[in-house]
Amino acid sequence: MEKFVTHTGRAVPLRRSNVDTDQIIPAVWLKQVSRTGFDKGLFSSWREDPGFVLNKPEYEGASVLVAGPDFGTGSSREHAVWALQQYGFRVVIAPRFGDIFRNNSTKMGLLPVVLPAETVEAIQERAERDPRAEIVVDLENRQVRAGDVVASFEIDDYTRWRLLEGLDDIGLTLRHADAITAFEERRPALLPTTS
Amino acid sequence: MGRTLADKVYDAHVVRRAEGEPDLLYIDLHLVHEVTSPQAFDGLRMAGRPVRRPDLTIATEDHNVPTTDLLAPIADPVSRTQVETLRKNCAEFGVRLHPMGDDGQGIVHVIGPQLGLTQPGMTVVCGDSHTSTHGAFGALAHGIGTSEVEHVLATQTLPQVKPKMMAVTVNGSLPDGVTAKDLILAIIAEIGTGGGQGHIIEYRGRAIRELSMEGRMTVCNMSIEAGARAGMIAPDETTFAYLKGRPHAPEGEAWDEAVAYWTSLRTDDDAVFDKEVVIDASALTPFVTWGTNPGQGLPLGDSVPDPAAIADPTERQAAERALHYMGLTAGTPLRDIAVDTVFVGSCTNGRIEDLRAVADVLSGRRVAEGVRMLVVPGSMEVKKQAEAEGLNAVITAAGAEWREAGCSMCLAMNPDKLTPGERSASTSNRNFEGRQGPGGRTHLVSPAVAAATAVTGRLAAPADL
Repeated sequence: MEKFVTHTGRAVPLRRSNVDTDQIIPAVWLKQVSRTGFDKGLFSSWREDPGFVLNKPEYEGASVLVAGPDFGTGSSREHAVWALQQYGFRVVIAPRFGDIFRNNSTKMGLLPVVLPAETVEAIQERAERDPRAEIVVDLENRQVRAGDVVASFEIDDYTRWRLLEGLDDIGLTLRHADAITAFEERRPALLPTTS
Repeated sequence: MGRTLADKVYDAHVVRRAEGEPDLLYIDLHLVHEVTSPQAFDGLRMAGRPVRRPDLTIATEDHNVPTTDLLAPIADPVSRTQVETLRKNCAEFGVRLHPMGDDGQGIVHVIGPQLGLTQPGMTVVCGDSHTSTHGAFGALAHGIGTSEVEHVLATQTLPQVKPKMMAVTVNGSLPDGVTAKDLILAIIAEIGTGGGQGHIIEYRGRAIRELSMEGRMTVCNMSIEAGARAGMIAPDETTFAYLKGRPHAPEGEAWDEAVAYWTSLRTDDDAVFDKEVVIDASALTPFVTWGTNPGQGLPLGDSVPDPAAIADPTERQAAERALHYMGLTAGTPLRDIAVDTVFVGSCTNGRIEDLRAVADVLSGRRVAEGVRMLVVPGSMEVKKQAEAEGLNAVITAAGAEWREAGCSMCLAMNPDKLTPGERSASTSNRNFEGRQGPGGRTHLVSPAVAAATAVTGRLAAPADL
């Protein structure tokens, strides 16, 4: 996974709450068996509307999505994260995220940033006033800087370290293969197997 | 200090705990389906890693499968490729698979419990958010993304930070005609789609204890719609009676040993929850959704809400948008809303008890003129049982379609879809925009309300007939 240290880019305001993963990537796109090509599916129903914010030329190339509360609720589909990344997003800022979406994001190096609703709105307003304005998302210092708006965000030390280093979780876990084997030896024999 | 049910199950599965790192949690059962697994198996292949415990892994085909003929090849080439990819992966990595046409095939969250593979105190994961269903047995079960599917395949563990604990206590008894589905829809409307975020919900109280296992699965299934990754119910005699004699349930002395352990799986009296919500079951009535997220629901006797009366600006804007999408006018009685399609099925309400409730209402009645009704059993086993009980005869005599097992119109990945503007009453779990087909409009309902709605052509409860 690509390292995430500090990202500077333009923001696009998505003033909607409860943006579920079915909207981020509709189910029809989930039939692919590869990990690529999901950028076309990102918000594909909403993008049919020429007035949808991602269709506005002034937001072309934006890499920070600034959304309303409960972003990424619903289905566990990691395809939602792949679609956002492949479209060009590196960061999503929202007052609250769906748990599985947030977890999937950090596995892939898409940074989910939780900020208070009023801060998110201030960033959205700024992006509406000046779509060319840049925003800095600094994971090292756990800080978002958007003009006058400077806000700290929380992220646990371990996830931050993993993102900063771009580390693959499976490799990290397999360092503890002995502990897994030891645990397996003490598992009760009456637990079911599928065989 | 005492521990909660979830604490006990969680603590029993910690492989490794270290300061400043997430816990490494052992996974007892990994359920796999065709949609969220192909990229995970690819990852294993690229890294040259095997599936660590194929004997704790089981796969089925459910999301894409057509429900008209399970023996015919899938017409959609993309769906067919996905299903064939699962077959190849399972063969290559030695994973047991229940393919289309197999007696054991069905929705992943229906077959786990049906086989007796889901047991109290276990950890269960699947690349599907409705894995929370299995919590009905007192298992700790949650949905994961594809990166985590690969992680579990490779290591049989997951790095986890212990979630917070939330109690939803449901006092009193559900009145006649009010079901587990009405209860969970009312809970979600009460706490909101983010209400359980970061928490495991334990459902407790008299009304929960009085639910059948099917009802408990319906409740736990929709925990994710309340924002919680997992929902749990302490195992009791109802749980044990359901499990006894199932293919993978313990037998003989092992059964007694298991029951002794399972009986210990309850929240201690002095345990403290981070959050608690109390609901009075006796005040509930049939509940339906009017909007485009599962928290936008009301009792069937109410009217479409007026967004102008909603104080919170974000909620108000969401309601305005939802009414526009749903083609509804504020103030319309919910009972006046006419539907085109009724869908019965899904991992929420595709079990035998759900089909019995539907047949009970349809018996001696007809589906209204112009209404299409699909009844899709959750598994081939459920289908077989329903047919043995003659439920299919009642359902088809009423003019509804009796289908093969699969996820079907819950998420419209197979040919069962709504057309743009078409309105459904659906026993599934999500009323998101386009969930049942692009432009489709979904009202979430219980199986009994679905059947009554099919008869009248408008949202209705059996008591209205």
